[in-house]
Amino acid sequence: MKTAVTIPKNRNRRSLSKTDRFTLSAFVGIPSLLQIILLWVPAVVTIILSFTYWDGIRLKDIHWAGIQNYKNIFFNNPIFYQALKNNAIWLAFFLLIATPLGVLLAYQIDRGIKGHAFYESIYYLPVVLSLAVIGIIWNFMFQPGGFVQGVMGRDIGHAISIWGNSKINTWVILGVASWRHIGYIMLLYLSGLKSVDPALKEAAAIDGATDWEIFRKIILPTMQPVNIIILVITLIESLRAFDLVYIIYGSPTVFPLLNLLVFQNFAGQGISMKGAAYAVILLLLCIIPIITYLRIVFKEDLK
Amino acid sequence: MSTGVVQSAEYRNNQKRKDFFITTFIGIFAFVWIFPILWTVWTSLRPYNDIISYGIFSWPRHLNFNNYVNAIREMHIGIYLTNSLIVTIPSVILTLFFGSLIAFVVTRYQFKFNLWLLLLFTAGNMLPIVLTYIPVFWMFLWVGDLLGNRNLLYNNYGGLILVHVGFQVGFATFVLSSYMKTIPKEISESATIDGANVFRHYWNVILPLLRPALAALSVLMTTWIYNEFFWALVLMSDDSKRPITSALRRLQGQYVTDFNLLAAGAIIAASPTVIMFFVLRKQFIAGLTLGSTKG
Repeated sequence: MKTAVTIPKNRNRRSLSKTDRFTLSAFVGIPSLLQIILLWVPAVVTIILSFTYWDGIRLKDIHWAGIQNYKNIFFNNPIFYQALKNNAIWLAFFLLIATPLGVLLAYQIDRGIKGHAFYESIYYLPVVLSLAVIGIIWNFMFQPGGFVQGVMGRDIGHAISIWGNSKINTWVILGVASWRHIGYIMLLYLSGLKSVDPALKEAAAIDGATDWEIFRKIILPTMQPVNIIILVITLIESLRAFDLVYIIYGSPTVFPLLNLLVFQNFAGQGISMKGAAYAVILLLLCIIPIITYLRIVFKEDLK
Repeated sequence: MSTGVVQSAEYRNNQKRKDFFITTFIGIFAFVWIFPILWTVWTSLRPYNDIISYGIFSWPRHLNFNNYVNAIREMHIGIYLTNSLIVTIPSVILTLFFGSLIAFVVTRYQFKFNLWLLLLFTAGNMLPIVLTYIPVFWMFLWVGDLLGNRNLLYNNYGGLILVHVGFQVGFATFVLSSYMKTIPKEISESATIDGANVFRHYWNVILPLLRPALAALSVLMTTWIYNEFFWALVLMSDDSKRPITSALRRLQGQYVTDFNLLAAGAIIAASPTVIMFFVLRKQFIAGLTLGSTKG
């Protein structure tokens, strides 16, 4: 950083005193150091560790494993493919159902339907809650003695398993996840919609365009940057999803997800560093959306 | 849809009918949306025995706040809430402070490394967090051993605060720098001409102008950091030091047979962020609008 500070553009160089240079170095240096030590170095270390065997106790016990951890994951690990499949289902559900619903909701609320401010708060409320709380709240719906059990006429003694039923639990989990996701997307989209020129909508309405036409031909194209950002967020969220499932099951066996496998292999079986390899696979899947996002965000700066 | 323009009566009628359907639909779903929360509140007001003896939908024979009193007494909710405060407040302040420093340098000076700096922070914010669990865990233990106190960072509030700052500062930097770009350059120029040094330029000139953005961000950050619970599970080995959202996880296992008590605990845990959301709703939404994304 220090060498860099000495090569600002001319005007800066002339006006910067020694104290100022020191202050600027500290301004840049301390947060950067924290960011590098806590984020970037660990990320690189994890990538390296994914090629080793290590029980995580003594440094001298690290053994080079080559690509063995990856081989194990790809060839001896049916749970990996289940996780991939679940992540893909998650992604498809969010892309096709949850995210569009959030967008439509935002559009309706932006039009100023009756009670829109109230609805905005209600739909956003789940996003304010900790997932730890969300897990408990939905347990009161589905667990023995919960509301849904009551609706089905099952008291505590005769409850059926909903979380454990492999036929429906995927949809139940996706429903709960959407409960949170829809509100989040709605608010993001809503903030973008506020910047659309109302005159455009009015003009279209005068020409007799229907709501759907206005939405499709005016709103969507005008919102192009926001659309892409929301798409990227949906992608990344679906790839990284796991906390909700962790809260409900505590282990990846019932509903495996990539991120859940990382977490389990870190906490549980440390010897193979398989967890690190899972983390790297996750990173590789996330990299394209991340780069897309950064390119949009820094479009002006990059020029 | 009040466009204030003369439209055909048929069109308007059609629109009215459609609006009625849409509003009804959104209204019904709003009820579905909030119902699980209401049900949890309802559950928290009833004793467990009522449900056992009379059924899930039985008319309540006792409605009171006993579960809340017991939650505070038996679950030691007070201690966990205090832990949450001890961790959340310094984390938010440090995150905003560091974020504003980077944003200040990046937007007020034309260094060649500016873009890289911004990328370092913004891209860092998007990395999958699990990528860092093991190394951070071992680094904390290692630093502690090196300095002669294993619990210096690991199992300590300080370590948890550092981690939160490290992971949130990227978002803060991004939001604050896009906000700072809207502050005219002339203000900085006149400050420099007046002989203000870099620190005064930051502290007396820029920081006060940042106040709206800082207010919005602090609400958002408080919510995120308060709600986060994975780091505390990884880094805090003493349960008595854990923030409330992490502690809930253990309590959930322990009080599985008395879920009305657990409901009260969950409502208490949720209330700080929910109350903050309703009181400071404008700031909250402004924070999201400024950043428009968070992974």
